[in-house]
Amino acid sequence: MTTTDDKLKTLDAFMAQACENEYAESYLIAVLHKTQELYGYLPTEVMDRIAERMQIPTAHIWGVATFYHYFNLKPIGKHIVSVCLGTACYVKGADKILNALKKELGVEVGETTEDKLFTLQGARCLGACGIAPVIMIDDKIYGELDSKKTVDLINQYRKAAANNSKVTAK
Amino acid sequence: MAEKITITINHKEYKVDSGQTIMQAADTLGFHIPRLCYHPKLSIEGACRVCIVEVEGMRNFVASCAYPVSDGMKIYTNTQQLRKARRDIIELILDNHPLDCHTCERDGNCELQRLAASMGIRARHFEGEKKHYEEDLSSDAVIRNPDKCILCGRCVRMCSEVQQVHNLTQAHRGFNTVVMPAYNLPMADSVCTTCGQCINVCPTAAFLEKNYTQELFQKLNDPDLVKVVQFAPSVRAAIGEAFGLAPGRNMEGELVAALRKLGFDYVFDTQFAADLTIMEEGSEFLERLQNKGKLPMITSCSSAWMKCVEQFYPDLLDNISTCKSPMSMQGALTKSYFAKKIGVDPKKILSVSVMCCTAKKYEASRPELMVDGMRGVDIVVTTREAAWMIKSAGIDFVNIAPEEPDHPLGMSSGAGAIFGATGGVMEAAIRTAYELYTGETLVDIEVESIRGLKGIKEGKLEIDGKEIRVAVAHGLGNSNKLLEKVRQDPDRYHFVEIMGCPGGCVGGGGQPYAQINTIPLDDEALKKRAGALYDLDRSKTIRRSHENPDIQKLYKEFLQSPLSPVSHKYLHTHYQAKKPIGIVPKKESNSGV
Repeated sequence: MTTTDDKLKTLDAFMAQACENEYAESYLIAVLHKTQELYGYLPTEVMDRIAERMQIPTAHIWGVATFYHYFNLKPIGKHIVSVCLGTACYVKGADKILNALKKELGVEVGETTEDKLFTLQGARCLGACGIAPVIMIDDKIYGELDSKKTVDLINQYRKAAANNSKVTAK
Repeated sequence: MAEKITITINHKEYKVDSGQTIMQAADTLGFHIPRLCYHPKLSIEGACRVCIVEVEGMRNFVASCAYPVSDGMKIYTNTQQLRKARRDIIELILDNHPLDCHTCERDGNCELQRLAASMGIRARHFEGEKKHYEEDLSSDAVIRNPDKCILCGRCVRMCSEVQQVHNLTQAHRGFNTVVMPAYNLPMADSVCTTCGQCINVCPTAAFLEKNYTQELFQKLNDPDLVKVVQFAPSVRAAIGEAFGLAPGRNMEGELVAALRKLGFDYVFDTQFAADLTIMEEGSEFLERLQNKGKLPMITSCSSAWMKCVEQFYPDLLDNISTCKSPMSMQGALTKSYFAKKIGVDPKKILSVSVMCCTAKKYEASRPELMVDGMRGVDIVVTTREAAWMIKSAGIDFVNIAPEEPDHPLGMSSGAGAIFGATGGVMEAAIRTAYELYTGETLVDIEVESIRGLKGIKEGKLEIDGKEIRVAVAHGLGNSNKLLEKVRQDPDRYHFVEIMGCPGGCVGGGGQPYAQINTIPLDDEALKKRAGALYDLDRSKTIRRSHENPDIQKLYKEFLQSPLSPVSHKYLHTHYQAKKPIGIVPKKESNSGV
C-alpha cells in the first residue's frame, strides 16, 4: 500500500510535469483524475495543494470538481459496489438487488458504509447483459444474481476484509 | 476609425460602426434590448437569453450581447414571436424564484422584477420544482441567499474578472447549480474580501449586506446611550440617488440634518479623520523615506484591501501603512478624546458609521482595532441602509434644510473630501507631505495625473530635489496588476494607493442600487460622484489637511504630534497573514476553469 507521502510525491511530480506545458491550467482535469486514482476521492487539502502549485483559484477547482459526477468529494469505501440499472438487468430484477444491497449495507446510492468497506453506486449498462442481472465490485463482474446471492457475495468481501485476504469466489 | 456598415433594425436602415455587437449598435440607436446577465464591465456570458433578437436568415433567435453586426444585417427587436419567447424565458426564471417580492430587500430595486413588469407578465404559467438552500449568514458583511439566485453569473464574473478575488464559482450543474465559495465554505471562512461588489451587480437579492438597521433603530431609542455618528466622504456624493436624484449631487448638509432627525446626538464627519489619516500617513511616509524604511509604502484605508493583502500578499505586509482607516481612527477618538471632552463613560457611547462600503462592517469587527477593550465603531450601516432608515423614519430628505456637522470631529479640509475618489488619498497626502518636508506651500495642489477612472495611474513629483514616484490603483483586479509590478521592482514606486472598489469609495459595495434606466457601477455615474467630491474640495477655503484647525487642536490637546505614542495607541494597527490563502492566476484565461 502506498503511504500518504508517496501519494503526494506522485501527485507533485504529475503536477510539475503538467505545469511545464504552455496551457498548464488546462491539465486540471488530468490532475484531478490522478488525485482520485491515488486517494479514491478529492480531499480538500489536496485541492488546496493543487491550487497553490498550479496557481488556479480554489473556487475554480471546486467548480470543476463538482461539475463532473465522476469525481468523489467524500472518501469512498474500500470496495465500490456498482449495481447495473441498464434495461436488461432491470428487467431481470436489478431493482430487487439494489434494494437488498441498500438494506444489507444500510446506505443509499452514493453513500459509504460506516465501516468504510463499501460504497454503493448505480451504474448504466455494464455490457454484460447475457448474464443479467449483474453487479460490479471494484473491477470484477458478478452475474446471474438474486438478492440472496448478492448478500452472500457481500459477506464474502466482509470475511476477506476481516482476514486481510482476497475474495476468490466466483 | 471603425469601418461603417449598414444594418436594418425593425425595417429602418442605419449606418453603424463595424466590430460591435448587435446590442451595442442597438444601444447607440436608441433601441434598448432587454438584458440580464450582460454587464459592460464583465465578459460576455450569453447565459440568460433575455437579449435575444431576430436576424433575417438565421434559423434561431440570437443573443444580441454576443453576436456581431455585419453589413446588410436585418435585425428585429420587438416582433410578436420575440416578445413571447422573451416572456417565456423570464417566466421560466421566475418559476424557480421565491414568490416573496413584497418581503424582499430588493423590492422596488430588483432587475428581475423590472424585467417581469416590462414583459407584461401578469400570471405564472409554469409550476415546477423549486430549489431550497440555507442562507449563509456567517459573514459580518456579505450574506448569500442562493434561493434568490437566478444564475446569471454576474457576481462570479465580478469577483473573478474585475476584483480577481476568485472567491465565487458556479458549483454542481443543471438544476443543482449553486453560486458558492470553494468547498461550500461559509462566506466568513472564505477568501471573500467583503468588498460587496457581488451585491452591486446582483440583479436580485442573492447577495446582500448584513443588515443592522433594526438593531440601530432600537439603540437610537435607548435614552441611556450617547449616540454618535460619522459618515464617509462618498456617502454624501451618492445617497441622493436612492431618493431619485441624479448622480453627482452633494447631499452633505441634508445628510447631517437627517441623521440628527433620526436621533443622533452628535453628527461627525469621517472627512475629519481623513485629514487626520493624512497627518499620520504623510508623516509615516516621510519617516520611511528619511530613515530608509520599507518602501513603497502602501495605503491601508480600504478594508476590503486590508483583508485582501493579508490573504493574497502576505509578503507585502511590511509595506502597508500602519495607519487605521479614517473610520476606525474616528471611532477610536470618539471613544477616547471625545468621551473625555463631554465627560461621558465611553461604554455609554454608541458609535455608528454610515459607509459606502460593506467591508467596513468586517473592519469594525477586527479585534486588532479595539481601543481600551472596546470597539471603536459599534454599528456600520451602508449608504443603502441609511437611505432606507431615512425613508422609513419619514424624513423628507430631498427638501430638508441643510445643517453643519458637530465639533470637534466634524470639520474637514478639501483634502479629506477627495478621499472618496480613486487617487484622492494620494493627492491629499501629497498636499501635506510636500509641506511637512520642505516647509514650503505646494501651489499647484490639483494632481491631475492620478485623477480619473484609468485602472492604474502613475505620477511623479519633486520634494526637495528628490523624485518621488507614486502609483494609484482602484478595484482589486487593477491592484493585483500594480502589486505584481511592485513585487518585480520594489524600487519602482515610493508611495502606492490602493482602493478595493472600482472608482474608489464612490463605487463602494454599499452604495445605492442602480435606479431605473441605469446600470450598477456605470462609469459616468462614478465620475459624477467623484466630481461632487472634487467640487466640494474646490469650494473649501482650507484644502490641506494640516491646516484644519480642529486637527491642530486635537494634536495640541490629545495626540501631541503625528506618530507619537498616543497616536500609535489610538490610530495605528498591525496586520497578519490570514487563511485561506488567496490565489491570483498568473495569466487570465477562460479555458473552462
